[in-house]
Amino acid sequence: MGTYASIYNRIQVRGPFDPGVPLTKSSDSRIQAKSFSYWLGKIGDPQLGPLYLGWSGAASLAFGFIAIEIIGLNMWASVDWDPYAFVRNLPFLSLDPPPAKYGLNPLVPLGDGGWWILAGFFLTMSILLWWVRSYTRARALGMGTHTSWAFASAIFLYLSLGLFRPILMGSWSEAVPFGIITHLNWTASVSVLYGNWYYNPFHMLSIVFLYGSTMLFAMHGATILAVSRFGGEREAEEIVDRGTAAERGALFWRWTMGFNATFESIHRWAWWFAVLTTFCGAIGVLLTGTVVDNWYLWGVKHGIAPSYPSVYPSFPIPDEATRSVMQ
Amino acid sequence: MAMLSFERKYRVRGGTLVGGDLFDFWVGAFYVGFFGVTAIFFAALGSLLIFYDISQGNETNIFAFSVNPPSISYGLGLAPLNEGGTWQLVTICAVGAFFSWTLREIEICRKLGIGWHVPIAYGTAVFAYVSLVVIRPLLLGAWGHGFPYGIMSHLDWVSNVGYQFLHFHYNPAHMLAVTFFFTTTMFLGLHAGVILGAVNPGKDEPVKYGEHENAYFRDYICYSVGPYGIHRLGLFFALNAGFWSAVCIIISGPFWDRGWPYFFDFVLKTPAAIGNISY
Repeated sequence: MGTYASIYNRIQVRGPFDPGVPLTKSSDSRIQAKSFSYWLGKIGDPQLGPLYLGWSGAASLAFGFIAIEIIGLNMWASVDWDPYAFVRNLPFLSLDPPPAKYGLNPLVPLGDGGWWILAGFFLTMSILLWWVRSYTRARALGMGTHTSWAFASAIFLYLSLGLFRPILMGSWSEAVPFGIITHLNWTASVSVLYGNWYYNPFHMLSIVFLYGSTMLFAMHGATILAVSRFGGEREAEEIVDRGTAAERGALFWRWTMGFNATFESIHRWAWWFAVLTTFCGAIGVLLTGTVVDNWYLWGVKHGIAPSYPSVYPSFPIPDEATRSVMQ
Repeated sequence: MAMLSFERKYRVRGGTLVGGDLFDFWVGAFYVGFFGVTAIFFAALGSLLIFYDISQGNETNIFAFSVNPPSISYGLGLAPLNEGGTWQLVTICAVGAFFSWTLREIEICRKLGIGWHVPIAYGTAVFAYVSLVVIRPLLLGAWGHGFPYGIMSHLDWVSNVGYQFLHFHYNPAHMLAVTFFFTTTMFLGLHAGVILGAVNPGKDEPVKYGEHENAYFRDYICYSVGPYGIHRLGLFFALNAGFWSAVCIIISGPFWDRGWPYFFDFVLKTPAAIGNISY
């Protein structure tokens, strides 16, 4: 009977450094920075590296560095370059988008939101180049690009918040600030300003998929760890040549809830749940303020939210609030 | 009939915790066991009570159906059926069904000779539910602090309780829980993507295995946590999402009764240099 290593590895194997399978379709070679980490080995594989950089990786890191520099230096400048105040107030510091008076003007004074536009530009370039990298690395190894398309769904949410919705609303000021507490404040404010996002059906769906993703990973991770004494963590092998680990994993769920996924299909469930979390969220963001002004009133109009006549006896729903919905 | 091609040899006797061989059988695809019987009892009774409670009102809109907890004035006592007593019975049934399900999963694990990871994970979700409708109401001294069982009413409850603390995003345990939820979902997308990419490589490409999965993540982000590690990491993050969700609501009220933004006053009161930011 095998022993479990459910929380951390009790035994670490140090084999020779794995330089990685040959890259068939790429022009550069890997950076063979060879190292093993004892602490990474506690939670997973101890090998750190190699790394493939390439032009998209190098450009992505450079743009990301510029974006973080702009954000950090603006925050530092906002406390008069006082290092103590910078550290102490860091959670509350912010780089805000331009105020509404500039609309979508790309040429905003740097101190009045121009830096925000530049930081957003460099961060977006960095993320898009990182996406290119996720795609080209998969192709260079002769693998499918499923990871890239899942990442694309997250990028769609990021761009909806910072670019697409501000364009639809006609103002950069609609976008999210760069800041720890301030992005939380933005999130709470946008919900309340548009009539409570709990009534936004795409927000509902996004949360369902977020919680569903977490539940699926708990179910899947637990199943694989439970059948690891039969080698169940070698999933691709079990997919093409089913062994007793896959059979026991399947039967556990079949006997528990009358239904089971296969070792391949559980990853399709997982992929769709993860992708739909950010995709539905993005749709909910894009509809807010553009198509629907007040999600609570939208809910009352469509019969999913109560109108509380006893609390608000003369609570009229203004026509303008739902006009765009009726069109 | 409902058996998979390889299933028969796994359908062996034994592994039960209670009842010996008495309930050691299957109905269709489902394993029964003693806790299957108790689970179906609690689930059926609880569902009937929900239907009964709804039938006592005039509501016809499914979004407005709600089984509500008793008024705060009943404290920790029993309420009449039509004033929240049904909610109390439904809650007892739910807890009974969830515990039965956990124990039934343990019996199935024993039968299959696999680890108890799934029932332990499920127990964390049950703990989060029990926190909301038992632990926190007990600490606050009234069953009325539980959440109502309805499609929109439970959203209203979450919204209202959140705003009672002014701005729930400032709750540090809520911050942790949200971070764990998002990170788990990101890990899930990455893990599912690489497995699907390995076994669906496209036309004229051979199927790939573990060493390509490792190579992909090392090329991409300089580190591959490995096929065992990713499931441990995913399970750990998923369970932490549920655990800190439970913590964030248990501390709201019993251990912190002001707005959550005030929690961070201590940061602003630290005797460091004052910047030019005023609050």
